[in-house]
Amino acid sequence: MSATVSPLREPLIDGSKSYHDITVDLVRSTEESPGKLWWTCFLISIHVLLFGIFCILWTIWHGIGVWDLNRTIGWGWDITNFVWWIGIGHAGTLISAILLLFRQKWRTGVNRAAEAMTIFAVMCAGLFPVIHMGRVWLAIFIFPYPNTRGSLWPNFNSPLLWDVFAISTYLTVSVLFWYTGLVPDFATIRDRATGIRKRVYTFLSFGWTGSAKHWQRWEALSLVLAGLATPLVLSVHTIVSFDFATSVIPGWHTTIFPPYFVAGAVFSGFAMVQTLMLITRKVLKLQEYITIGHIESMNKVILVTGTIVGVAYLTELFIAWYSGYIYEQFAFFNRAFGPYYWSYFGMMFCNVVSPQVFWSKKIRRSLWWTFFMSIFINIGMWFERFVIIATTLARDYLPSSWSYYVPTWVEIGIFVGTFGLFFTLFLLFTRVAPVVAIAEVKSILKSAGDQYLRPNTEHHEQVMGDYKDAVEHGKEYVTDHHAHAEHH
Amino acid sequence: MRELGKEIIFGLYDDEQDLLSAVSSATHDHMDIYDVYSPFPVHGLDPILGLEESRLHIAGFIYGALGTLTAFLGMTWIFTKDWPIIFGGKPYWSVPAFIPITFELTVLFAAVGMTVTFYIINGQGPGVQNPILHDRISDDKFCIAFDTHSVEEGSAKSFFEKTGATLVEKKNI
Repeated sequence: MSATVSPLREPLIDGSKSYHDITVDLVRSTEESPGKLWWTCFLISIHVLLFGIFCILWTIWHGIGVWDLNRTIGWGWDITNFVWWIGIGHAGTLISAILLLFRQKWRTGVNRAAEAMTIFAVMCAGLFPVIHMGRVWLAIFIFPYPNTRGSLWPNFNSPLLWDVFAISTYLTVSVLFWYTGLVPDFATIRDRATGIRKRVYTFLSFGWTGSAKHWQRWEALSLVLAGLATPLVLSVHTIVSFDFATSVIPGWHTTIFPPYFVAGAVFSGFAMVQTLMLITRKVLKLQEYITIGHIESMNKVILVTGTIVGVAYLTELFIAWYSGYIYEQFAFFNRAFGPYYWSYFGMMFCNVVSPQVFWSKKIRRSLWWTFFMSIFINIGMWFERFVIIATTLARDYLPSSWSYYVPTWVEIGIFVGTFGLFFTLFLLFTRVAPVVAIAEVKSILKSAGDQYLRPNTEHHEQVMGDYKDAVEHGKEYVTDHHAHAEHH
Repeated sequence: MRELGKEIIFGLYDDEQDLLSAVSSATHDHMDIYDVYSPFPVHGLDPILGLEESRLHIAGFIYGALGTLTAFLGMTWIFTKDWPIIFGGKPYWSVPAFIPITFELTVLFAAVGMTVTFYIINGQGPGVQNPILHDRISDDKFCIAFDTHSVEEGSAKSFFEKTGATLVEKKNI
């Protein structure tokens, strides 16, 4: 069975698991009652969420004047947070869809949790533009529906409306993709459960039986949804970047924005996946399913996307100089040396300089380094959006309207509140659904389980050892693969 | 739960390799398999079971095309016939600006349409209960089922014994 796998491949499932072991290990978190640690985290999250709801209600009651936005700086923390949360979501789709198309087996260990993270992050993101509208009860006006005002339609030429379509499609498709993957796993829980849990999971598992034809269709559906989600995820952050790029503000009006935003989104998203997975694997004891190899793979993606982001920053600076356009040049000079210089250097350090440590394999495989870097990157990517939005607006064409902006407690409260929402949903998710995709992990067991890879690796090491011996002793190296193969 | 009024005899196997060789030998002996169940998709099963490739992706293409047309023709009608407005001196029918929404609705229609179709043709949905032959099928057992109307109980039993099934049972569904 293991003959088709390279001996250099690291096992993705440790602990010589059988199919039944996988079921038991991965269903455990939904069967046991939560421990003290979970309850502590949950209670904290829910209180933070309640404070966020209070701040949102405060905003709606008093109007968005309580945010201290002004005529110069019309977008502050709200849109910064919106872009940041949307970006976080992108890693989930990248793992579940793009890595499915590339047949990367390591995705099976992390895709379920990453997709959940996507959905929750998009929910947090969607909150900001809606409350930024001010009169939230008129939010339905953004949808094109026949109405008594004419019918008066929204402006389909506006990137803000494109955002509405992009984000609602993204949320819908992510939920469908995630739930379709969950159905067979809910069936696994259902078949082990009794009493009220059995009734609940019977409802949730949609009558899944595991029939061969259903699996065939399930795979066909997953593949096409992955194929759809791949351009979709690229389009979402492209359209978010259009909010800026289609304007005529220096520093925003650039064609590099779409690829640069997408790379930044994947970068920050993977950082958030790392933060969550490092804690989840430890608390739920999933180290054999989310191995150091998984963490290292994700750190490689972080290194690549972080470097792309760095190149984009430098390209922007170069083009500002090369264009000879003084307003563009001023915009970038102002970012680095203007009133918000600290956020620019924070961004440069966290996003461009610090991820370069991941060139070292030892650091890529270190849990502590990974954890600290993931926090750093999340902060850095938040700074990036703040630099783009607030810094640029603070210094516009008219020096008489130049301004400075500091968020109020309400704005900070709403941002902190979205963390409450995010973690409340994630903590609930770890208790009702398997955090690792059970069926998908089983399907890679024979090609990635350590007990199946070990003979292969041992054989490889022996052959390489023989070769080294032969070279060292100046002898001719005779291939004797058959003898070794028979030996194993 | 719906009653199908069928009497099923089924055998469980411990490994997908045992399942694959058992299915091959069943099709070789022209035994009419009612269905095969597994805890995860077993690759290489479809051809020997004689399952044709799913046409779900064709449905997906049609839904997607429907989304493209809905978005593009809808925006065209709204901005050229129903309520033409000039935005920034651009033409009423500004096609490049329609591309993002057209793309998004293509994806939305294809994804929603395909997923709904998937559950309908599978006979699945929220709260639907289909007969489950054995609790371990969604865990670690691989199952071949025969309808006793088309395969005699005796020959099914000897087949399961020959191919190494670890458990053989009868169930009315």
